[in-house]
Amino acid sequence: MAKKQVVTSNINGEEVEFLCKPQQSLLEVLRDELDLTGAKEGCNNGNCGACTVMLDGHPVNSCLVLAVEAEGAEITTVESISQGGELHPLQQCFLEDAALQCGICTPGFLVAAKALLEKNPDATEHEIRFNLANNLCRCTGYDKIVKAVQDCQTRTKEAVSQ
Amino acid sequence: MSTETPKAEVYLGKTDYKVIGTRPIRHDGADKVTGKAIYTADFKLPGMLHGAILRSPHPHANIKSIDTSAAEAMDGVMAVITAADMPGLKDKNASLGEGSVNLLDLGSNVLAHGKVLYRGHAVAAVAAKSVHIAQEALKHIVVEYEELPAVTWVLDAMKDDAPILLDRVRTDDMGEMSESPTNISKHIRFEKGNIEDGFSQCDIVIEKEFRTETVHQGYIEPHASVASWNEDGHLKIWTATQGSFTARQQTAELLELPVSKVTVTPCEIGGGFGGKIAVYTQPVAAMLSQKSGRPVKVTMQRNEVFEGTGPTPGSYMKVKIGATNDGKLVAGEAWLAYDAGAFPGGVIGPGCMCVFSCYEFEHAKVDGYDVLVNKPKTQAYRAPGSTHVAFAVETIVDEIAEKLEMDPIDFRLQNAAKEGTVRVDGLKYPRIGLIETLEALKNSDHYQSKLEGPNKGRGLGCGFWFNIGLKSSVTATVNSDGMVSLIEGSTDIGGTRTSIAMQFAETLGIPAEDVIPKVADTDSIGYTDVTGGSRVTFSTGLAAYKCALDIQDQLRARAADLWECEPENVTIEEGVYSHNGDSMTFKELADKACKVGDPVAGSATVSPDCFTNGFAAHLADVEVDPETGKVTILRYTAVQDAGKAIHPSYVEGQMQGGAVQGIGWTLNEEYFYDDKGTMKNASFLDYRMPTCLDVPMIETIIVEVPNPDHPYGVRGVGEPPICPPPGAIANAIYHATGQRMTELPISPPKLWKAISEK
Repeated sequence: MAKKQVVTSNINGEEVEFLCKPQQSLLEVLRDELDLTGAKEGCNNGNCGACTVMLDGHPVNSCLVLAVEAEGAEITTVESISQGGELHPLQQCFLEDAALQCGICTPGFLVAAKALLEKNPDATEHEIRFNLANNLCRCTGYDKIVKAVQDCQTRTKEAVSQ
Repeated sequence: MSTETPKAEVYLGKTDYKVIGTRPIRHDGADKVTGKAIYTADFKLPGMLHGAILRSPHPHANIKSIDTSAAEAMDGVMAVITAADMPGLKDKNASLGEGSVNLLDLGSNVLAHGKVLYRGHAVAAVAAKSVHIAQEALKHIVVEYEELPAVTWVLDAMKDDAPILLDRVRTDDMGEMSESPTNISKHIRFEKGNIEDGFSQCDIVIEKEFRTETVHQGYIEPHASVASWNEDGHLKIWTATQGSFTARQQTAELLELPVSKVTVTPCEIGGGFGGKIAVYTQPVAAMLSQKSGRPVKVTMQRNEVFEGTGPTPGSYMKVKIGATNDGKLVAGEAWLAYDAGAFPGGVIGPGCMCVFSCYEFEHAKVDGYDVLVNKPKTQAYRAPGSTHVAFAVETIVDEIAEKLEMDPIDFRLQNAAKEGTVRVDGLKYPRIGLIETLEALKNSDHYQSKLEGPNKGRGLGCGFWFNIGLKSSVTATVNSDGMVSLIEGSTDIGGTRTSIAMQFAETLGIPAEDVIPKVADTDSIGYTDVTGGSRVTFSTGLAAYKCALDIQDQLRARAADLWECEPENVTIEEGVYSHNGDSMTFKELADKACKVGDPVAGSATVSPDCFTNGFAAHLADVEVDPETGKVTILRYTAVQDAGKAIHPSYVEGQMQGGAVQGIGWTLNEEYFYDDKGTMKNASFLDYRMPTCLDVPMIETIIVEVPNPDHPYGVRGVGEPPICPPPGAIANAIYHATGQRMTELPISPPKLWKAISEK
């Protein structure tokens, strides 16, 4: 088998050097080498979105990214969404709106929804559904997830206007 | 004010709840929105190896030989196992709480014994220093197969000349055993009244045939287990399971260990819906650990989940229903064949009991068949067996209402099952809430609104699930700060830590946030049956209620000591203990009780042997694209009798989640087999469960007709909402297109063909 390579990335604001084999996915390295187990493996082929992380500002399925491709990249994961011991408003809205049941898809939804709101804070219901269609949830029927994103939009607007 | 412990099983009739009916943030919430919650795949042990499972490429074949020597010789491979490493399996039934399982079948499903019965059937397993080495090693295991003809459609498998899956299977024909091998493992019959007399009284009789395809529960977390078999013979397992005690029992029985030598720790679980009750990875990880002397993690890939774990059956159903011209249902007859997958014991039993469960029929007859086919062994999937028959019955009921020119809700109201109705299997309903559920739907904004325009239609469907009781245990400890640690055995799949803690808090008169609920391993809490059957909020909630009364009695005695009075003279109201002008809050009393005297700890165990009987009614508006046959759900309302909604948000969540699973089942999901018995869509991309772009908001109306057998009136809620969608949507499609669709899924090509050939 091929030898391990050294890869340097910025992960959750910190420069990280890690070793990986050419066939290892970013998801595998995050979970097994770097102990960032917030991103989940639901399918390992880019169909479910449970492993969504931000790579250079874009949400990606980390199971479809090779770890060696992360050289020089900026990566953020669900572990970095709460800051300074405080939940992000999106996390708070997910909890208040009961937008999770088993919770396995939640990290992926949070990363994808946060990316959407940063790019398009006024996303309509259709735009929210379109942008979250990469993420599968089998428990909630999506209703409360979409509502939590909408409530976060309202909350953010109220915070800005105050 | 209360001075004596009320009987736990009786509805108390309270209306002024302080905690129940509110919407607190779930106790495990912060863990789950920050990525901190530990699911099995996230769990690791020092020195842990990784396992992988070799699976059959054939749907039906004899295993002539297995050569593992090349794999064993590989660098980094630490153990290889096959069925030969398993203890001899016994042909005996083990009770698993919700049903029982034959150990020979269970063990042969975990690792094939001499024969593979479906593509994806586990044949051997490897433990290695990395998952990549383990997967590579699988390619070096040489299995010689003798391929056999396969059968995947239930009616084909019932034919005399069908390939026989298991030579040991005989038909249990209502107690009489057949003589020769067969794929029909069981024939059930229920009868009520006289079916011929019944139909002779009818003015209108409709008979139809229905077909449904195999669908999967589709939980996002693949099956996973970590096992560590210690040198002292004690086996520890961390796993994704709906029932830690049933996982313990199955694993112990298969490996011939006393149950007390096995500790199962349930990790957070990423969905189950009935599919994570039977063991798959647990015994495999355990055997690999025993052989390698190291802890081993076994995690499935998604295609293994589809091809190797329990879906719910494909079915053929012939249903005939008759009514009089004044709109009274009189007679119903059903002939049902459900596939069981590769081993006996599918979900035909509940299918037969549920088929006529929503209506009052004076005369009914049901024949049901459990049939082996070359597909994965079927498992429970949310109201197992009930969704199939609800599709059939609701379609015919809709057609009768239409022919009689009656409003579909009024027709159902006129015939709805109610207290005293005797179901076809002989069960007599206690107080149930189907009538109230239908009335709430009738009064809804959705039903009162008009749906106009071409290619649009509205449809209604009802559904039923028993909702079971079974065994639950909880213990609790009062802390000096007035908070209470609550230990329970029910794995939490969708927020039940909170619904249990809320009933506990309500009983003690403390806030939900002052309860710290924890799901414990099998050594740390009393026996608790599976998280399934929509039983946890009802049954473990009942245990929490009784445990709270135990704590309350202890605190009352401590207060009496302090005030030097008799316990019965201490009054308790909303968590405040009083006597003769003195009073203490729960927190103050907890502080005092923790400082002086014995610690305050309570426990309770329950095993209610009743059903909580849940009914749901759904309304769907659809638009059909005549060019493609694609169905868009325009509006959807789910109504359900929850008895009492402890945490309404999570009750709504069950209704919405069940509805959307039902929508997927109705419109798109199916195991797609080629003529060789190979599943062609074993990935999320091709299996195509609903995404959030496929569905609208799911409106919910919670009806509360208290369950007479629970202090707070709780009924199970998880399962009923998957039953109505196929009927509701098929009826809506009929009203949009004029086509009665009788096969699931009503996928675009099927519907387009039906519309085009009209």
